[in-house]
Amino acid sequence: MNKRRLVERFWKALMIASTAVVIGCLLFIVVTVIWKGLPALSLSMITRIPKGGYYLGKEGGILNAILGSLYLALGATALACVLSLPVVIFLNVYCRKRSRLAELTRFSLDVLWGIPSIVYGAFGFVLMVYFGMRTSLLAGIVTVALLEVPIMSRAIDEVIKLVPRELKEASYSLGATRLETSLKVVIRQCLPGILTGILIAFGRGIGDAASVLFTAGFTDRIPTSLGQPAATLPLAIFFQLGTPFPEVRQRAYASAAILTILILVISILARVLSRRYTKHVIR
Amino acid sequence: MNDVRSHLSIRNLNVFYGDLQVLKNISLDIPDRKISVIIGPSGCGKTTLLKSMNRLLDHVDEVRVEGEVLVDGEDIYGPNIEITRIRKKMGLLSQKPQVLPMSIYDNIAYGPRIHGHRDRKRLDFIVRNYLSAAGLWEEVKDRLHHPASRLSVGQQQRLCLARGLAVEPEIILGDEPTSALDPQSSQRIERRLVELKKDYTVIVVTHILRQARRIADYIVFLYLGELVEQGPAQDVFANPRDPRTRAYLTGEIS
Repeated sequence: MNKRRLVERFWKALMIASTAVVIGCLLFIVVTVIWKGLPALSLSMITRIPKGGYYLGKEGGILNAILGSLYLALGATALACVLSLPVVIFLNVYCRKRSRLAELTRFSLDVLWGIPSIVYGAFGFVLMVYFGMRTSLLAGIVTVALLEVPIMSRAIDEVIKLVPRELKEASYSLGATRLETSLKVVIRQCLPGILTGILIAFGRGIGDAASVLFTAGFTDRIPTSLGQPAATLPLAIFFQLGTPFPEVRQRAYASAAILTILILVISILARVLSRRYTKHVIR
Repeated sequence: MNDVRSHLSIRNLNVFYGDLQVLKNISLDIPDRKISVIIGPSGCGKTTLLKSMNRLLDHVDEVRVEGEVLVDGEDIYGPNIEITRIRKKMGLLSQKPQVLPMSIYDNIAYGPRIHGHRDRKRLDFIVRNYLSAAGLWEEVKDRLHHPASRLSVGQQQRLCLARGLAVEPEIILGDEPTSALDPQSSQRIERRLVELKKDYTVIVVTHILRQARRIADYIVFLYLGELVEQGPAQDVFANPRDPRTRAYLTGEIS
């Protein structure tokens, strides 16, 4: 066998190995979490709130954290959408290609992306104190939304950038304004990508512990209004793992399994949904 | 050209991209209800000239436009011009057909809806009428609600033509409208354009000389951003006055 073919084979094998490691990691995480949490996984885990001990009950379930996380992440993602979509449309439809403002905005978003979530938590806390709020679902939603905005904006930005100029011109040439072109053509063309961007942000939001620590707080109860504190799954895992009781630590893995499955289900749902909207997309 | 009314005229048009001047002092009267063809080698400013007519140039970075483009006697670069109204007067066919990401029906209805038509029956009529005018109705009448992106490229270009007609323009602009099409589809588009000149003023940019000979009533020859020669097609083809036009027509420069 000649040398070039050998080199080709070597590098190809390396690439396959790397790919295997990545997929293996996912499998390994899922298996570990489910394996270790299985003994504690039960119907009551997902249908009851904790019983028998402040925060760290050995009985009951973590419905408080499941619902708390869902409320928080859904609220934050909705709020982040409201902020991100106008920014991205402004950057791509209204700004000129080499506009200073657009460059500055993209740079700011990249910097914001890199800021650790605990800093968002601290910032959210400062805001809360300023407005005289206590830990609450609302404070958590606002903080997580801030965390999600750069992720969502940049993900959607990359997709909308790819819309051909000629497609926008086709709309303009029919007498459409920039706004009409954005809403009826650009967003439609990018819908699958936009959904993916929203989903990535949602995943970050629901999985983040540090930003909600001081803002959403933690409670055994299910929040019934925006003003009440809310439990979240990452914090539930954090607290449960930190206890000296093996039964409670086992429950931490069950919580982790639930969080992982929750994200998986939402990803699959979003994919199925977005497929229904890709019908008209121009390739 | 005094016998022909012209509702699109250009007066002393200069266009710059940054420091580069791409159009030099162009003055031009486009004859009404005829096919005017803009010819010239690539990079001579043909597309720029066309895009200056419906102000799509506005969307190009660092562009500067001087001079006047008069549509029905009104300078479209003047102050207080409502650009959407100007563009509504012109349908555009681009080099590569650009269908919108929606159904065949919605592609045609897009323009009329934007301009305030809501009545379902009226929209149905518009869709049928202009798809027929573009010679596409028979091929798509049973799948109006399928995605437009599934049509062949040739059908897509006729869809774009129908979509442009649906906003009831007076002028049709074509930017090398057949360059992405196979010979048969090209021929169809050409035939449509010839039919449409009864009711519309048609302006087409092309780099295909044979196409210009087939469809042109009036020829505009651009070379390096300069308007070298313009006149009725037979005259220009039979008797080019400028040596550069002659050289281009005989294939010495391209």
